[in-house]
Amino acid sequence: MIANFGFKDGSGEFFISLDTDKCNGCGDCIPACPGSIFEVRDEDPNDPFREIPVAAVKESERRKIKYTCGLCKPVSDHPPLPCVGACKAGAIAHSW
Amino acid sequence: MPQEFWRWIESRWTAPDKEWRSAKVITAGVDVGSVSSQAVVMTDGELYAYSNMRTGSDSPNSATNAMNRALEGTGLTLDKIQYTVGTGYGRVNVPFSQRAITEIACHGRGANFLYGPTVRTVLDMGGQDCKAIHIDEKGKVTNFLMNDKCAAGTGRGMEVFADLLGISINEIGDLSLKVEEEPPPVSSTCVVFAKSEASGLLREGWPKEKVIAAYSSAMAHRVVSLLERIGVEPDFAITGGIAKNVGVVSRLEKELNIKALTPKYDTQIAGAVGAALFARELVEKGK
Repeated sequence: MIANFGFKDGSGEFFISLDTDKCNGCGDCIPACPGSIFEVRDEDPNDPFREIPVAAVKESERRKIKYTCGLCKPVSDHPPLPCVGACKAGAIAHSW
Repeated sequence: MPQEFWRWIESRWTAPDKEWRSAKVITAGVDVGSVSSQAVVMTDGELYAYSNMRTGSDSPNSATNAMNRALEGTGLTLDKIQYTVGTGYGRVNVPFSQRAITEIACHGRGANFLYGPTVRTVLDMGGQDCKAIHIDEKGKVTNFLMNDKCAAGTGRGMEVFADLLGISINEIGDLSLKVEEEPPPVSSTCVVFAKSEASGLLREGWPKEKVIAAYSSAMAHRVVSLLERIGVEPDFAITGGIAKNVGVVSRLEKELNIKALTPKYDTQIAGAVGAALFARELVEKGK
């Protein structure tokens, strides 16, 4: 499943996408994110029968990612993103 | 007391030909939304009874009220229900539920049951947010998206407009189609901005149906941008309260160039149906 966490700012709509089929719940994304928006959940609330843990954007952060993610994503440049780089499974993607 | 134009019709239903006493597995799903709450009771994976009510200021109470209404006259009591799953905005506040599952998973599953296995794209137009969900033939979510925080293009927005225009929310959809020429959409779907824009248009002398047409098409347009992100694969189904508004639905269908499936039951129960189906699966897995 691809879980899209979206936000909207002055320049458009953006999404962090987590491919839960690729995610193995390792948690490498947690320390990598300077805004600490990720967590690993023992059960996926969107897929109740999943057996292994899964990463997700914290519920408390979901509505604030406009401010936290924006800092890693300058409009002028496309630098490599820490969360995308940290995920060995390649489960995290961002739209620009 | 002044008339409350936003008040939509509550509903309740019991299967005419089913008897819960002969059922092996009785499960329930309760969807406590921001605007409405639904309770669905299923016997052996089939719809037995449901209710659809307004959510009050107290989520646990709303859940209990919806459940009591669904059970009314059936002779079935809460203790005979083997498993209850809560979902929706107030899912953690369902006092008699054994587990909470997100409305995303439940709507996917519920749409699969209500509209059949051919459904791939589900748009849930709820009371205070919109979700676009892509599901597989089993109703499992493969891709989903929800907007961050905004009542734009949702049921609450429509309620505000019904009140502003003094038209019952049940008639607003039909009325919006009575315009001779489609007006340009209002420039913002933000409920607050749209309301002040609409007040201005009314003052300019626009008839009510033209104002509501302008709002309905803005609402449809906003949702289309959400849907395009996950891609609209047929069949397409709309759940939630706005699915009952022909003004929004027909404009949405026109913009997407795809017909939405026609619902057999109340479109607002999809989440609770999904929850009841998950409950049955959890009973069978012994969780």
